[in-house]
Parts: sequence; structure tokens; C-alpha cells
Amino acid sequence: MKINVVFTLVFTLALSHSFGQVKKSTKGTFALTNATIETVTKGTVSGTLIISEGKISALGSNVTIPSGANIIDCKGMFIYPGMIDGGTQLGIVEVSSISLTDDSDELGELTPHMEAITAFNTSATAVSVTRVDGITTTLVVPQGGLFPGTASLVNLVGYTPDQIYAGFKGVVLNFPGAGRRGFWDRRTDEELKKEEEKALKQLNDVWTEALYYVQVTDAAAKDPSIKVASNPEMARIAEVIRGKMTLLIETNKASDIEAAIKWAQDKKVAKVVLTGVAEGWRVADKIAKSGFPVITGPIIALPTRESDNYDKAYANPGIMSKAGVKVAIRTNDQENVRNLPFHAGFAAAYGMSKEDALKSVTIVPAEIFGVADKLGSLEVGKLANIMVTTGDPLEPKTQIKYLFIDGWIVPLDSRHIQLYEEFLNRSPGLKK
Amino acid sequence: MFKILNIFNLLFLVSFAQAQVTKGSLLIKNGTILTVTKGNMENADLLVENGKITKMGKGLVAPAGTQTIDATGKFIMPGIIDAHSHIGIDVVNEASRPSTADVWVGDALDPLDLSVYRALAGGVTASHAMHGSANAVGGECETIKHRYGTLNPEEMRMEGAPRTIKFALGENPMRVHGEGNRIVPATRMGVEQIFRKGFEEAKAYMAAWDLYEKEKVKNPAALKPVYNKRHETMAEILKGNIIIHCHSYRSDEILMLLNVCKDYQIKRLVFQHTNEGFKVAPELAAYGAMASVFADWWAYKFEVYYSTAYNAAILTKNGVVTSINSDSEEYIRHLYHEAAKTQRYGSLSDEEALALITINPAKQLGIDQRVGSLEIGKDADIAIFDGHPLSIYAVPQYTIVDGVIRFNRSKDAADQRLQASATRAETGFFLHKEQHNHDRCLEGAFENTATFFGLERE
Repeated sequence: MKINVVFTLVFTLALSHSFGQVKKSTKGTFALTNATIETVTKGTVSGTLIISEGKISALGSNVTIPSGANIIDCKGMFIYPGMIDGGTQLGIVEVSSISLTDDSDELGELTPHMEAITAFNTSATAVSVTRVDGITTTLVVPQGGLFPGTASLVNLVGYTPDQIYAGFKGVVLNFPGAGRRGFWDRRTDEELKKEEEKALKQLNDVWTEALYYVQVTDAAAKDPSIKVASNPEMARIAEVIRGKMTLLIETNKASDIEAAIKWAQDKKVAKVVLTGVAEGWRVADKIAKSGFPVITGPIIALPTRESDNYDKAYANPGIMSKAGVKVAIRTNDQENVRNLPFHAGFAAAYGMSKEDALKSVTIVPAEIFGVADKLGSLEVGKLANIMVTTGDPLEPKTQIKYLFIDGWIVPLDSRHIQLYEEFLNRSPGLKK
Repeated sequence: MFKILNIFNLLFLVSFAQAQVTKGSLLIKNGTILTVTKGNMENADLLVENGKITKMGKGLVAPAGTQTIDATGKFIMPGIIDAHSHIGIDVVNEASRPSTADVWVGDALDPLDLSVYRALAGGVTASHAMHGSANAVGGECETIKHRYGTLNPEEMRMEGAPRTIKFALGENPMRVHGEGNRIVPATRMGVEQIFRKGFEEAKAYMAAWDLYEKEKVKNPAALKPVYNKRHETMAEILKGNIIIHCHSYRSDEILMLLNVCKDYQIKRLVFQHTNEGFKVAPELAAYGAMASVFADWWAYKFEVYYSTAYNAAILTKNGVVTSINSDSEEYIRHLYHEAAKTQRYGSLSDEEALALITINPAKQLGIDQRVGSLEIGKDADIAIFDGHPLSIYAVPQYTIVDGVIRFNRSKDAADQRLQASATRAETGFFLHKEQHNHDRCLEGAFENTATFFGLERE
């Protein structure tokens, strides 16, 4: 109890510190001139990129700069689309070891109506820490039970759910599987098998109930005498059954991936994305044949089996990509989502083409989420989610010089940077 | 007869000691040599004879039959050294008392640990196999070379490396002993007194032995003090024969241990993790204490909430000998990448960044005369990359320990386990998610008190 009080006190102080930031995001018309523009979808262009009313309004070598535009000379610099992390707990977990700061995992197996965006702390310290490295958009994914909740895509600027929402929601299904979760997971093979069977039965029971819910609500829509009690769990799964929402199926072990594909095909789920997919390389052809896109990661990770090559997690996206799978990359992280470009970089070092690696954190997730008309590449009419860099964004050495999210120029400021500025040459130093 | 037997025994011992370490000879041709301490050499060769670097330069010739590696277009750097890991050992924590200076990780070496091979695949040739952080005074640690392939635990030890011991501050000893066992320390105040008490006891213990040694001359029947391994070890720290490596996060606790060490004139001190080292960099530099840090870990528990990824850069620029460590069987595989992050966060030069994973950890372990840079006469512990090791696209190709190629990417076969062992029979699927909140430093600490914080949830 005493400890909780102390934590609460310290937390209050922590929050007041972040409220004290004076640098603010602003909006306007910007002309980024003399840049090398890496569009991702339409090659490399030298010239100017114009941002107005939150969007990319022009780009190319022959661009008229609107009067009154803020001109930023990008000579020697590169413009890339902001990166998209296809799976994180950023904003819903602040300090993972303190359970009261973890909003990612609600109680119960059947909570598909839990909205991750509701618990997203737009002022979380990690938000600015993440975006200053060029990650402009993240999928916020609840975790835990069979149907832990609904994930939301957010842009990392703004203070309300409406301001950050980036146009995609998906229902998460943790597909029943038999994997151990860490070195501390001491369940026996038999226990794992039993739990898997139980969970699969539970899933099928839920699905049957949801199909029934769809029938009943369809009937109720035609016949006002039929009354349907409120059932938010079933109502959310019904959205998936009706093809209005995407089902994000988390699955990692090869046999589970195959089972998940078969299950989704049997149930004729209209919109399916496979997530995790750590052993996708074992069944890459089968995934490709299903046509289901994949969001995989973390890439910088150990192989799933001691008997596998040391580099299988690194090589996984490349192997799936070469087999014809549409592959996006995620960190599945909380505080270190900023490492997204490095996960893509490792994928490139171990077999994925550099081009595909960059796409896996830009246009591919945008396509998977159905927001490629707004995000994921530098094209006229798209949202200005943009980073200006000194070079290849997947290289650690590269610096981010300017950042725009949703058309707002965002200060390159975070607590990590503030501490650097305060302590590089501390004052007072050794002597006061 | 007795004499002959003794000589025979001596010869046997000498030959056994020599046989322990396999050494090789090699010629590495035409690569870019990153010496770390003495600049770079383009299109240069490096000759290894019997486990040592004997020549570096252009157009070197090796004796006929010497194995040759064509390093054209490749980068040759010193083998990477991890100043904080827990691989190659069977157990991490003796979490039974706030001070366990009497135990030694070197008693639990595990040559079968596959993590050693996987570390080699990341260019890492030596690591500091540490006791965990459950206790304020943990056990002694062991500096190991990654001679993966041997089944002899003795061959894993880096022969001649100085003794080191694990200390720990903050949440971990407070959780395990204060909250878990309801004994001191439950606070950072209590942690300090564990050290002071331990050193006071060691001083009294040394004085008792000194007195006995003097008494013995006059009185052969003088009574011997009772042997106590815990006091013995603490006394060796006071004598400067053991380097303290202290798990630490907050700046106040770092200053606390600095003050304790000042009071007992202990000079050899390395802080581990040191997330808030950046706040007290001038004090660390002035004392000559060193720091071994993560590149970017933060926020996984409260005492690392006020961290910055610029930590290594701030420490380096303030003159603190700094290294980047893994504390993880996963991170140890890409320390070159972790070092590269200091170029994003603080713009360190290539040499400064590479020093963080080579010569600096070697200094912290007291083995910098032997390893940590490519110099004539040093051990041939070498990593060869297909690109500059600080590039995200670089892939380690060869890792060499004592002149023996222990990792060769072109010959990497799927199953590198040496043999199934009773404790490592797992062959099935094992999804790895880095669990910072259950950091490896605490492995085994909650076997009996598994109801705390994150551990209760699984």
C-alpha cells in the first residue's frame, strides 16, 4: 500500500514534467526544397515537396512554391514517408512491470469490444520518444485473451482519440496455439495441448454464437417485434462476420499458422490479416496461397526453436516475401517502437530486398489497413506524414531533421533528447 | 620415487593446462582492418600464429598449409566483448541471502549452452558470465571465451582474467529480500548498509588473521580464526584483487556506492546498466569508475523510467570508460548494432562506437592487455563482417577465438546444439518475446516467491 502511494506520487510528478513541454506542433504551408524525394511507390525524385492543408499538394522538380510557404532547404537531405508500425502496445503500456500502468490486457477471454484507442495515453513519454525517430503511425493492439479487443491505427500527433485516429480498426484474435511464452513458462506439453484444444473449442463456440447473433439481428432489422438484448461482444464479432471489420489473427507456430488459415477459410472470414507469424518461413508457400497478408515481428529476435538456424527470425520476412506473401513488419514493442527501422534493416540484411524492407514499414502496412490512399508513400493528395533525413532511414547513423505528422510539423523533442541537452555538459558540473 | 611421481604430476598438470585451450593459425587476406585503438588499414592482411596476432600489413605470407580467409571487401574487427551477460552458465541467482559473496558462477559453467554459438554468430568472442542481481552482494562472476564446441567447462574460462564480483542496487535486491523475505534491504538505505557491514566484517576478519599470523610465530598452538568464504571474498575486494561490477540504475544509488568505495579505498569499480549514469558522469569520470550500459532500454520498470538513449554518448563525452552490454541471450547477438545506435543518439564516431563493444569492455574486465583491439601480440579474437559493422546491413561472416574459426556463416547448419542435456531437452516451439520486466538478472530469484509484480501474471 505504502509503495502504491509512492508510485502514484512519483507518477504525478512525472506527468507534470511532460505537461511542461513548451515546444508545440504547428500547421501551415511548407515547401521542402532541393531534396531527394524517396516516394516509395513512384521512384526517386529530385526537387521540392509542398505541404498544405495537411496534405502533400505537390512534389517534383517543377513545382511552384505557394506564396507565404515556409521554405525549408533540404539540400543534401532525403524525404521519406513516415514509418508505420503494424503492431505495438505504445501508449497503452507505460511501465510494463507496474501493472496499473498496463492497459493492454483486460480480464476475460471474450472482450473484442475493448477499444485500445480508449486507453491510448497521447501524452505518454514514449509517444514523443517514438515519433522523433520517424515513426508517424502505429497500430495499437490489445493483448491477452482469445478475443482481447479492437486494435486501432493512430497517427502520433494530437491529444484526443479523434485527433489521432488514422482510419483503421481490427478485431484481434489470439488463435489457439501451443507455444511457450518464455523461459518461465513451465507448462508441460500435455497441459499445452489441453489448453489449445480447450481454446479451439471455445473459439468455435464463440463463432457459432456470433453467427447466430448475426441471424437474429438480421431478422430483427426486418421485424421490429424481435428484440435483441445488448451484446457488445457478439456485436463486435458480427462486424467481422459481416465483412465490415478486419480480423487480425495472431499466430506464430507453423502448425498453428496452417490451422488458422484453414479455420479462416472454413469460416469464410472476409478480411483476414495474419499477425506474428514467427514461423512463417516454414509454411511460406501455404501463406502465399491463402492470399492473407502478414504483419510479422519482432524481427530482431531469437529463433523459435533451438534446432533452427540462429538467423531464422531475421530471415523470416524475406523468405515469406520471396514466396509471394505481402509482408509488413512490426516491433510488437511498447517503449522501443523507435527500433522499427532497425527491424526492417535486419530483414534486409538477411534476405529481404532493401526496397521491400522499406515498403514493409510504409506502403505495405498502409495497404493492409486499407489506408493506402492516405498513408505509406509520398504522393500528391496523401497525408503529410513525412520525415526529412540525412540518409537511409534504416541506418542507425542517419539523423531525422524534420518531422511532419498529419500535416503538422512536430518538434524533434522528447524526454530522451531533453535529458541529453541537460546532462551532456551538466551545470553545476563536478564542483558547485 | 616420490620425487619422480611429483615431477610426473607436474608435467601432467602443465600439459593439461596447455591442452585446455585450442589455438589456431590463420591468414586473413585483403580486408579493411578496424584496429579500434590504432586506426584503420585498407586492403590489409592479418596473420595469426598459434592463437596470437603476429603481423598486420600488406602482402603477408603465411607458412605453407596455413588456413586462409579471403576478406576482400570485408571488415575485420576485434572480437566483440560483452561485459554483462548470463550465457554459458547453468544458474544465475543464489537468491537466498542479501550477501552471497561466497558463491561463484564459475562453478556452474555450461559448455552446452547454445546461446554461446548464437553469440559467436553476432561476432562476440568473450563475455562476462555474471551472477544475477537478486542480492546486494551477489556471487563472483566468470569471464568466458566463446570456445563453443568444447565439452569441457574449464576450456570456457578466459585463463588469467581477473576475478570479478556482482553487486546490485535498487529494486531487485529490495524486491527479493525486503518484499519477498521481509529482511533488510527493503530500501536503498538498507542496500548501502549491506555493503558497509560486509566490508567491516571483512576488515575484522583480515585483522584476526593478521593477528593469528603474528601470534603463530611466538605460539605454535595459537588458535586459527574460523575460515569464512564470504569474508575472504570481501577482503579480496578490499585488497584490490576483485573488480566490482554493480547492477545499478538510479543516480543516487550510483553515488552511494561511489561513496562506500571511497571510504574503503576501493578503486576497481564498474557500474552495470547505469541507466542514470549520465546524470553523474562527472563524478564517475573523476573517480575512474567505469560504466556498462544498454543502448536504449528504458521504461520496463520504474527505476529506468528517467533514462535516455543518449546515455552512452554523454558518458563517453564526459570521459567515462563506457561499454554497451546485452544482459540477454538475444541482444548479445547484435551488440554491433546496439553500438551503432550511439551514432543516432549522440553522434559518436565510428571508433568511439566500436570501442563500446571491444576495448572498453576489455578494460572493465581487466583483460585489455589480451583482447579488445587488433594489435600485434594480442589474442586472435576476431570478427569479420561483410560490411562496416556499424551498418544495419552488415552480417558477421566469421568469428575467430584464439585463431580458431568458431563461426563460419557459409557453413552454418541448422542444428548447432552440441548434445541434448537434461536441462536443455527443449526441442519444440518457443516463442521469444523479450521480457524486460523479468530481466535475466533476476532469473531464478523468484522460484520460491513467485508472487511479485510481473511474475504473478503468467
